[in-house]
Amino acid sequence: MSGILGNTWSLTLSRMRLAMRNRAFLFFSLITPLAFLFGYGELSRRFAPGSMPYLLAMVLALTIMGSFWGLSVQLVTFREQGILRRFRVTPVGASAMLASSLISNYFLTLPTIIIEFYLSRYLFHMSRLGNLLSVFILVTIGTVTFASLGLIVASVTNTMQETQIINQIIWFIFLFISGATIPFPKLPAMLQKVAVFLPATYLVSGLQRAMVDRTNVTDLGAYLASLVGCAVIAFVISAQLFRWEPETKAPRRAKLWAATAVIPFLLLGVWEMVNGDLRAHAMKDIQSLQEPYSIERIER
Amino acid sequence: MLSGTAIEVSNLTKRYGDVEALRGVSFTVQEGEVFGLLGPNGAGKTSAVEILEGLRTPDSGSVSVCGLDPQTAGAKYKYVMGAALQATALPDKMRVHEALDLFGSFYPQRRGTQELLQRFGLEEKRNAFYSQLSGGQKQRLALAMALVNNPRVVFLDEPTAGLDPQVRREIYDIIEELKKEKKTILLTTHYIEEAEKLCDRVAIVDHGKVIALGTPRELKQRSGAVTRIIVRMAKPETNGALGNLEGVTECRVEADDYLLYSTRVPRTIVALVKHLEEQNNELVSLEISAPSLEDIFLEMTGRRLRD
Repeated sequence: MSGILGNTWSLTLSRMRLAMRNRAFLFFSLITPLAFLFGYGELSRRFAPGSMPYLLAMVLALTIMGSFWGLSVQLVTFREQGILRRFRVTPVGASAMLASSLISNYFLTLPTIIIEFYLSRYLFHMSRLGNLLSVFILVTIGTVTFASLGLIVASVTNTMQETQIINQIIWFIFLFISGATIPFPKLPAMLQKVAVFLPATYLVSGLQRAMVDRTNVTDLGAYLASLVGCAVIAFVISAQLFRWEPETKAPRRAKLWAATAVIPFLLLGVWEMVNGDLRAHAMKDIQSLQEPYSIERIER
Repeated sequence: MLSGTAIEVSNLTKRYGDVEALRGVSFTVQEGEVFGLLGPNGAGKTSAVEILEGLRTPDSGSVSVCGLDPQTAGAKYKYVMGAALQATALPDKMRVHEALDLFGSFYPQRRGTQELLQRFGLEEKRNAFYSQLSGGQKQRLALAMALVNNPRVVFLDEPTAGLDPQVRREIYDIIEELKKEKKTILLTTHYIEEAEKLCDRVAIVDHGKVIALGTPRELKQRSGAVTRIIVRMAKPETNGALGNLEGVTECRVEADDYLLYSTRVPRTIVALVKHLEEQNNELVSLEISAPSLEDIFLEMTGRRLRD
C-alpha cells in the first residue's frame, strides 16, 4: 500500500509501535494522568462523591493536553538524530509525516481516556457519565489540536533544549491558568482575563460542561470551532515550516507564523470577554465539588 | 552492457555561508556503471551526492537522474532511486524487519523483506532493535533499505566509513553483487582501495572541483606518477649505479631497501638483473608497487587523501 494515505497509515502503525516501547511515553501518557485521576478520585471519594464528573473532566483535559509535549519532543529527536532525513529520500512527504504523528497520538490517547472513564465509574463510583457524544468529540478534536500545537513547537525550535524550555513554559501556563488543576472561578481575576485566550481553558470548560451539565455538542460549537481552527492552522503552518535536516534552522519569521495558530482563541477570548458565559458556566459547574452525593443517589 | 546516461551533472555550485562546497562540478554516469567520487573529507563529495538525492538544492548548475530532476520530480524520482546516507539513523526501538517492512511499504514495487534479510546477512538479526546492531550490521541494513524499492540508481555516501577492514570487505562484496545486477551506482569514498576495487570510473574531487576523471587505469596512465620498485640485495651498493639504470628517475635508500622510481619498469628490471650479475651480487627480494590513486592525488594536490 503506497500513496499518501498508505504512507501515512504505515507511519502511523510504526510510530504507535515505537511509542509502546518507549518507557517515557508510557510514564507521561498513561501513568501521570492516572496518578492525577487517583489523587482526584480519592479526594472525591472521601469528601464529595458527586464531584467526580467535574474532576474527571480535569483529568481528561490534562491527558489530552499532554499530547503537545510528547509530539514536539519526538519530532525534534527524530530531526536531531538524522532519522527524518532518511525518510526524505523516500516518497514520504511532510504532510504524511505530520499526519501520522497526529493519528498515532490519537489512537494512543484513546485507551488512556477509556481507562480513566472506567476507573472513575467503577473504582470511584462516578454515577453520571455526562454527555458522552460531546465528550468524545471534545476528546477527538482536543487531542488533534494539542498535538498540532506540539508540531508547531517542533517546527519553530532548533534544539531539544529550546523545545524543552518552550514546552515547560506552555505546559506550566496550561496546567495552572486553564482550570485543569485550579478551577477557573478560583483563579485571580487577572489570570481569568488571561485564561479566556487559552485553548486549554476551552477544552477544560467544554469537558466540564459535557460531564457535569451534559451539554450538547451544538452548545459547544464556538469552543469546538476554535479548537478545529487552531488545529488546521497549526497543521498547515507545521507542514510549511517542516524541516528534515538537523542543521536547517527555523527561519526568523517562523515564530510569527506559529503565533497565528492562536488567532481563533484570540477572537474567541475577545468575544468571551464581551458576551461570554464561560465564567458563568464555570461558577455553576464548580458547585458540583460541594455535592456530597451524586444527583442520581439523591433522586433515588 | 551500457545503454545510456543515467546521471548527468553540469556545472554544479553550492555555497554554505563563506564556504564554497562545490565550484562547477560536472560529470556523467552511464547506466550500469559504478562511479566513484573520491576525495578527502570536506572536498564536496557529500554535497554533490545530496543534491543528486534531492536533499539539497544547488545554487546553480543542473542535475538529471534517469531523465528526472531530483528537485521537482517528487515521488516519481524517489521510485527510481535508492540511497544509503552518510549521516542518518533509525529509531532505536525499531526492529530490523520492521524497518524493511516500513520503508518497503512506501513503494508500489518493492523487494521482499525476507529476501533482503537473507541477502544482507541480517536474518539472525531480524527481530533485533536498531540500537542493538553493530556498525557493520547498521550499514548492511542501510544498504538493504537503499535497495528495498529495487531502484535503477543507487547512491552510497561513504558506505564503509568507520568500519573495520573485515566488515568493509563484506560491504565490497555486496557492492560487487549490485554491480553484477547492472545497477547504476554512485559512491563517495575517501578510501583509495575502495575506489580502485569497485569503481568503473572515478572523479577525484578536491576543494569542490573535479580535478581528474577516468577509469582508475586511465588516471594512473595519464598521471606522471611513477612505479616504485623496492629491491633488497645480498651486498649493499655504494657507488650509486642503481640510479643510472634505464628508466629510473630517482633512487632512495631506506634501511636495507633500495627504492627505485621507474617510468619504464620492464627495462629497469632487465637492467637491474644485468647490473647485479656484473657486480657479482644477488637479489634477495623485489617488490613492484604501481602508482595508486593516492599517488595521483598527492601528485595533483600536494596532499594526501586523509590529510
